Amino acid sequence: MKKKRKTDVVIIGGGITGCYLAYLLSKKNLDVMLFERNYLASGATGRCGAGIRQQWSTRENAELAKKSVEMFEKLSSELGEDIEFTQGGYLIAIHDKKELNQSKKNVEMQRSLGIKVDIINPDEIVNIAPVLDVKGMDAIAASFCPTDGHANPFKTTFALANKAEENGAEIYTDTNVSEIIVDDKKINGVKTDIFDVSTNIVINAAGVWSKSIAEMININLPSIPYRKEIMVTERLIPLFKCMVISFRDGIYFSQQPEGHIVGGIPIPEEKPGFKTLPTFDFLNHMANTLTRYAPTFKNVNMLRHWTGFYDVTPDARPILGESDKIKGFIQCNGFSGHGFMLAPMVSKILTNYISDGKESDIINSLSINRFKDKKISHERNVVG
Amino acid sequence: MTKKKKAIICRCEDLTEEDVLDAIDSGYTDLDELRRFLRIGMGPCQGRVCIPLVKRILEKKTKKKISYKKMPSSRPPIVPVSLGTFTSRNKNEEKKKN
Repeated sequence: MKKKRKTDVVIIGGGITGCYLAYLLSKKNLDVMLFERNYLASGATGRCGAGIRQQWSTRENAELAKKSVEMFEKLSSELGEDIEFTQGGYLIAIHDKKELNQSKKNVEMQRSLGIKVDIINPDEIVNIAPVLDVKGMDAIAASFCPTDGHANPFKTTFALANKAEENGAEIYTDTNVSEIIVDDKKINGVKTDIFDVSTNIVINAAGVWSKSIAEMININLPSIPYRKEIMVTERLIPLFKCMVISFRDGIYFSQQPEGHIVGGIPIPEEKPGFKTLPTFDFLNHMANTLTRYAPTFKNVNMLRHWTGFYDVTPDARPILGESDKIKGFIQCNGFSGHGFMLAPMVSKILTNYISDGKESDIINSLSINRFKDKKISHERNVVG
Repeated sequence: MTKKKKAIICRCEDLTEEDVLDAIDSGYTDLDELRRFLRIGMGPCQGRVCIPLVKRILEKKTKKKISYKKMPSSRPPIVPVSLGTFTSRNKNEEKKKN
């Protein structure tokens, strides 16, 4: 017979947020068990573009991102493992007057939070990234934040998991959670492949699969899965340090510390659903757009092309916090393609809530209840 | 013996047998985790040389057979192809139209 175990917190999902939560909660001396049905970082975390950006259109996201950057800055020394965090900045192309006006508003809000960001002219664009062709980009300006950056998603996730285990957290990969047990509208435990666990708190950090986790206990999440495609080229000598993105074209690309160019773009005809096959349309659309932005890349070889999922919410902002229907059921999903960069601060806020009952304005404004009153404010700054 | 451990396992990413053994010792005991930690199989050859070797090293070290179902995915375009080649699809289609 399987032995029944007991723990303070069960985390479902071994991606960046699940592992970050395991690390922070175990640091607060809580007993933590994390269940991942595949291997760590096997979902969106391990497939993402790995960018870390503070330039958002909604205040909540900008604030979460700024505080997350401050945490990323210290993370390598905190964990004792190099997560390869670099700050080469994010350069966001501005294509017309309408975009320029929106960008000015965003920059003003971002600056009020203390984020260093400027609107730059075409000459400055080329100074920052000499590979770019401003005419090909069709850019009249750009916004640039030098403290935005990049980290290695695998190494960050593994380092967090290692430290969490050192603190006493138990991490089980290749393990399914098959049932969540609810008693009198309260979380009572979970059933897994290997044993049953009694707990009062379950965190749903299963990325795009969070919706089916919540369905186990009849909670409906409004997230929709979208296939996203991304590619990597051969290694090149260091050419530019920043991530280049455009909201109009949907493209993003950067050069990794090892020299590869990594980037993605949505294909125009993409529809939601759980499709995982890469498409030829992506290769064509990506190659056309990327070589328009950086013409010399036409001679660069592409090595690999893969897919991952965005779990997209109606306002492109995450779903956080405790459910008001079932006590102890906590959401940490719906990141709409930006979970990696927001993970540190989101995990910190949720940890404070779980360990000390500390409420926060951000959790309240990003709770699932916001979809009821339909007064949502949409995050516009989305790429990929 | 020391000479043997310096054998190159992955030429694309310049990794030796020792690098692989060290990673297994530090807890990366899944082929996909090793791949993501070391970048084995993600270079221009897409793991043709290294993945079978790493699989054998891992099986020997953990004394567990790895099923072919658990082998890391191969990704398109399988062989390196220039970005310029992918843009040429448009030109061909334009030619057809004219």
